[in-house]
Amino acid sequence: MKEEEVELLAPGHKMCSGCGVALSTRLCINAAGKNTIVAASTGCLEVTTSMYPQTAWRVPYIHGAFENAASVASGIEAALKKLGKKCNVLAIGGDGGTFDIGLQALSGMFERGHKVTFVCNDNEAYMNTGIQRCSATPYGAWTTTSPFGKYSIGESRPKKPIAMIAAAHCIPYVATATPAYFADYQKKVKKALSVDGPAFIHVLTPCPSGWRFPPEKMVEISRLAVQTGVFLPWEVENGEVENLRITVKPAKRKSVEEYLKVQGRFTHLFKPERRQDVIDKIQKMVDEKCKRFGVE
Amino acid sequence: MKNPFSHEVKIVGKITVGARITQPGNSMEYKTGSWRSYKPIIDKEKCKKCGICVTYCPDASIKRTEDIPVIDYDYCKGCGICAIECPSHAIIMKPEV
Repeated sequence: MKEEEVELLAPGHKMCSGCGVALSTRLCINAAGKNTIVAASTGCLEVTTSMYPQTAWRVPYIHGAFENAASVASGIEAALKKLGKKCNVLAIGGDGGTFDIGLQALSGMFERGHKVTFVCNDNEAYMNTGIQRCSATPYGAWTTTSPFGKYSIGESRPKKPIAMIAAAHCIPYVATATPAYFADYQKKVKKALSVDGPAFIHVLTPCPSGWRFPPEKMVEISRLAVQTGVFLPWEVENGEVENLRITVKPAKRKSVEEYLKVQGRFTHLFKPERRQDVIDKIQKMVDEKCKRFGVE
Repeated sequence: MKNPFSHEVKIVGKITVGARITQPGNSMEYKTGSWRSYKPIIDKEKCKKCGICVTYCPDASIKRTEDIPVIDYDYCKGCGICAIECPSHAIIMKPEV
């Protein structure tokens, strides 16, 4: 076996079958290579890969607390600089540890200019504790704390544009990706690790348990998210937001309904009665976003 | 006095100090194959050896070989992503018995 083909995230971790985070992390760490230190925030990834006394990691790994993956990684980077050692530092957070709880530590890391790559595995709710809403939950989605009913359509607020917030820090590299387009994703990880300064990658990782779809459809759904325009893979280099580049352009954008229909968390928009107004509003939001990014 | 930051792993009772784990990748002791209810089987004749199943496996349980890929049934959780994503439809999911 060639050296680069050694799996750096060992099998035997306890993530659900068909987990998007498992695939995303595996692709990411294999692209980063052996010479990497990982700092992870609390979340699905941490509780499933590092259950004492077992670890799935084949690279040095540390878990601090929920909010401080970026701070821990900053400290590691500063220590490496002092010791004169060259090593990739990767911070991995979930959407809770990036969008909500870890946002100020992340912003601080960007501002101080540490050479750390932060990867956000976004599964659009607090899946680890049982599907509670967070600021990454998209409009109209069901979660246990944004239930649907007579007076509610589910989550009533749109998703926070975290990658744009990161890009507003004018850091050397910001990108978004999905595991379905793995070559694009792995290229972005390598690029992020090669820049001199902080980098941020936002990855959409479908969650079979929380989004309520059969596990075999995980890759298909993350591809559909790009094809419908719900999630656009793009990159910004050197903080030049005006030179934003879409890396995977959907040839002909599909209707957003195709993306919503396959997921159980949007079932209430179709059954018992069709909520055309909500579907139209989601389509309108996606259209407006695509227009802003220059995608037909 | 002993350096508290020394890299030796002290063991107090059954737990290491700082809950450090010194064997990388020892989650392989835990076999997740028992979670599976459907078993993926590769059709040797249809397989084009493209390696897409190897890339998309979330559990890293499909290994690339010189010949067709080999599935490690000790860790395969039976999610079925390989069967759906295979461009030549060479993987079928059979119910476990």
